[in-house]
Amino acid sequence: MSASVLYDSPGPKTVARHRVYSIVAVLALIAVIALVVIRLQQQGQFAYDLWEPFITPVYVEALLKGLLETIKMAATSVVFAVMFGVLFGSAKLSERGWIRWPAWLVVEFFRAVPVLLLMVFFFLAYGVGADGIGSYWCVVFALTLYNGAVLAEIFRAGILALPAGQAEAAYAIGMRKSQVMNIILLPQAVKIMLPALISQCVVTLKDTSLGFYILAPGLTAVGKAIYTEFQNQLQTAIVVSAMYVTVNLLLTALATWVQKRYVGEKALSTAAVAAAGGGMATGENTGSGGMF
Amino acid sequence: MEDVFGNFDLVLRAFWLTIQLFLISAVLSTVFGTVLAAMRVGPVAVLRTAAGIYVTVVRNTPLLMVFVFVFVAAPRIDINFDFLTKGVIALTVYTSTFVCEAIRSGVNSVPLGQAEAARSIGLTFAGSMREIVLPQAFRATVPPLASVLIALLKDTSVAAAFGLLEAVARMRYFTNNNADDRMWIFLVFAAGYVILVELLSFGAWRLERRWRVATR
Repeated sequence: MSASVLYDSPGPKTVARHRVYSIVAVLALIAVIALVVIRLQQQGQFAYDLWEPFITPVYVEALLKGLLETIKMAATSVVFAVMFGVLFGSAKLSERGWIRWPAWLVVEFFRAVPVLLLMVFFFLAYGVGADGIGSYWCVVFALTLYNGAVLAEIFRAGILALPAGQAEAAYAIGMRKSQVMNIILLPQAVKIMLPALISQCVVTLKDTSLGFYILAPGLTAVGKAIYTEFQNQLQTAIVVSAMYVTVNLLLTALATWVQKRYVGEKALSTAAVAAAGGGMATGENTGSGGMF
Repeated sequence: MEDVFGNFDLVLRAFWLTIQLFLISAVLSTVFGTVLAAMRVGPVAVLRTAAGIYVTVVRNTPLLMVFVFVFVAAPRIDINFDFLTKGVIALTVYTSTFVCEAIRSGVNSVPLGQAEAARSIGLTFAGSMREIVLPQAFRATVPPLASVLIALLKDTSVAAAFGLLEAVARMRYFTNNNADDRMWIFLVFAAGYVILVELLSFGAWRLERRWRVATR
């Protein structure tokens, strides 16, 4: 809702009042920033030594390698998660109860359990030891199951968001059920789902950092190695976070572009679907009419 | 398995810590998130920008990095609290941005015509907000807010990586001692989370139903 509808355009008195608010707000913000800067200065956090690693080629390279590893983990998980999501999403739409209910159970289970619990379990059960799969794959599998479950919901919501006439028309011209799904519904649903899917990539990328707890490779692991060596915890945290934020903002920009380019106005009717992946912290789905 | 059920009080205590983290952070995030949302839609441009930057940056930072800031970086500049407080701070800093977005989306979901109609029958700004817009916005906020809170409940698990002995850390401890029972131990702890999540979403569903009005 545009705020301008709620009140008349401000007159001279209100403008003056808003100006006072602005000045007070600016002063307050400056005070907060100054406090932080003074604090950091007092603690010697601006010392060159603490920042040096981030302009030293060896460490920059290590960080970029860590970032690459993180992106690889996220990308692998997303690819698997999409497969899982399409499979279980369509299973949940099945007319047969013995397919629908187990799929429902699996999806609900993996959506309700924290990713970290899954990671720790995989790590302790299958990851460690000589014949273990290693923490990299534990992260990938945990993220696959969780994001797959979320994507299953997004997928289902995407299919359900299509006008009923689409499927009806397809049946009317004599298509089989699989044809209706593959030729008519799926292509349209994927188009609607794309922005939500990309937003889910942001969630996945952020969640790869949880591999920290099970000693997985990636940006956080590199960061830890650096701050253990140089004792520059604050600086490392700032740099590593900035890298995550940059990549995520790029992904978000991509999602917005895809939305504009491919989905357009239609997105309005399925705003809930987009919100399922985009708006929520760890991708909890609200789009499909209630949680359970 | 005897170890888990023999020491079931440890399981319960771990989940109690999870619940504590969740409840305190939930209340604080809701308050702080509402303030942020008010700043983001308010008339003061400076606050709008500041809140916008805060939300964008924190939303795109992994929760784990927020924990690193609070647990590892802040003590370096002599900002230190006890573990529960630090966990609550990290979770609140992170979750409040999502609360802000949930509330904003709730307010945005009120059709423009509602506000226009309120203005055109002569209600003031305060009147149209109080009587027309906010009651509808509150209702629309329930589902996204519930999702944020469910995410928060699961996010408390990150505290395990920073020395808080909540459910996930406790599971790790039990599994280390009883490697053969790892499947059952996992299922016990997963069941705990499933129950908590179901309780939350059931509550949200009830609230949503109670507040629902006939849709057009």
